[in-house]
Amino acid sequence: MMPRLTLSHVTKRYDGVTALDAVAFTVAPGERVALLGHNGAGKSTLMKIVLGLIPATSGQVEVLGAAPGSQAAREGTAYLPENVAFHPALTGLEQIRLYLRLRGCDPAQAMGLLERVGLGEAARRRIGTYSKGMRQRVGLAQALIGQPRLLILDEPTSGLDPVSRREFYAILDGLAAEGAAILLSSHALTEVEARTDRIVILSKGCLMANDTLHALRRQAALPIRLQISARPGAADQVAAQLSGGRRNGVMVDLTCAHDEKLTRLGHIAALKGLIEDVEIIPPSLEDLYSHFSRRDDQ
Amino acid sequence: MTAFFRPVFALGTTEFRIALRNRWVTITVALMALFALVLSAAGSAPTGDVGVDALSVTVASLTSLGVYLVPLMALLMSFDAVAGEIERGTLSLTLTYPVSRTGILMGKFIAHLAVLTIAVGAGYGLAAITALATDPEAVTGLPALLRLFWSSILLGAVFLALGYALSAIARRPGAAAGLAIGVWLALVVLYDLGLLAAVVADGGGVFTTRALPWLLLANPADAFRLYNLAASEATAAASGLGGAAQTIPALHALISVLLWPLAAFGLAVAALRRVTP
Repeated sequence: MMPRLTLSHVTKRYDGVTALDAVAFTVAPGERVALLGHNGAGKSTLMKIVLGLIPATSGQVEVLGAAPGSQAAREGTAYLPENVAFHPALTGLEQIRLYLRLRGCDPAQAMGLLERVGLGEAARRRIGTYSKGMRQRVGLAQALIGQPRLLILDEPTSGLDPVSRREFYAILDGLAAEGAAILLSSHALTEVEARTDRIVILSKGCLMANDTLHALRRQAALPIRLQISARPGAADQVAAQLSGGRRNGVMVDLTCAHDEKLTRLGHIAALKGLIEDVEIIPPSLEDLYSHFSRRDDQ
Repeated sequence: MTAFFRPVFALGTTEFRIALRNRWVTITVALMALFALVLSAAGSAPTGDVGVDALSVTVASLTSLGVYLVPLMALLMSFDAVAGEIERGTLSLTLTYPVSRTGILMGKFIAHLAVLTIAVGAGYGLAAITALATDPEAVTGLPALLRLFWSSILLGAVFLALGYALSAIARRPGAAAGLAIGVWLALVVLYDLGLLAAVVADGGGVFTTRALPWLLLANPADAFRLYNLAASEATAAASGLGGAAQTIPALHALISVLLWPLAAFGLAVAALRRVTP
């Protein structure tokens, strides 16, 4: 299947500073790709290049088979900017009607779109009275106009409460199921973990990782943590026998490599009488993120 | 509707709604109506002596007022147009839609020009009604008032477009407001003072006879004043630089009045093209 978005060797320099350095990846139809990176890692720059708002210094970008910013690319692409604030004097309904008309769609669809993002009740109130989360929903509603084939979402869930985030990702799942390609940036790693298909990590403009979470875990080979709850009074003994670190009165922490896991668990099982429970904690996305985004410093 | 004008019309109606909500329509209409009534009342006193109808006298006063007020209202409406959208983050969003930068500016321009037209129409209309009610001869002043009306709209168009250009150059609403006030002061107030000072220093030399007419035509506010004063002889003495009006043909002033809106809009489009969202 032809990718909806292809970046090859995309480089962007601003007055001597390299914001993006030979970044290359693709997003396929129906794929949800998370773009991760510190502030200033180049995420927003990358998105603006994809949208045709700024030109790349070198390299190629193909959006829906066309050049970024071309009529064909703009017609099929939806964008949600970071911290967008619409005109406070307009109502949510009027704002969405405007965006529908700009896309050449029927303005009567506005109410349906606002209901889809949970703003049906507030549709006729001025945006000036909306909370940040509600403004973000207006932004999401405009991104849903006209069944976009590619969605570029910059920090889409910032300002949303946990319930709204869940609803937001449910909408994204629906779009991806219909074949939309989605590229979203986020700081909330835990939500990205469960809700995206692939992870791209940028650090100082360089692409540090581009793979599924599972593959990244394997690639990073970060140690697995085993957390053992000892029976009362047995913590010291358990720690000594397993040569692990005692965290407090009852807990003992061990770390081991992926392929040592079963051997270690065997050792723990042998101490059955001293142990209440064992938790296996795989490396989190935060650990992976730190691992990949620091790789260049080593 | 063609693909170009559909979004322009959509943006225009939205912008007009914003102007209504922000009370711009109310404020500008009230301002123009108030000043027109005050000038009508003040202007009706000396009519009998001069032998000119009441409306022509009011037109002369409205010309002197309009040259200050119309650019000010236009700049106040337009200085936030681009900078405000940059600050809210909506400019980059709108630019990802299938809309051109020229189209975005045209939408705003149409809406703001409509507001100005309503305000100027209300003010001048009131002046006409007042004059006609007190002096039946006032009908003879109607062509001058009509000329003042459409040239005021063109003057407003110039300063709306200059406001967009400043807004795009400044990129922040605060800086844009400062620039707008600066441009208003420079073009409407200080320019004439500077020319007057130069004329006095020159003492009727080459500057006064050769350069001054062109310098007056180069300023949209002066061209507007010259055109309206040159076209109605009765009021030529009403302005400080009115004497110069005799030496400049009304046609030259008219050309300047017509060309300035196009040039200013071109400048605004060029400035917006340079904005990186």
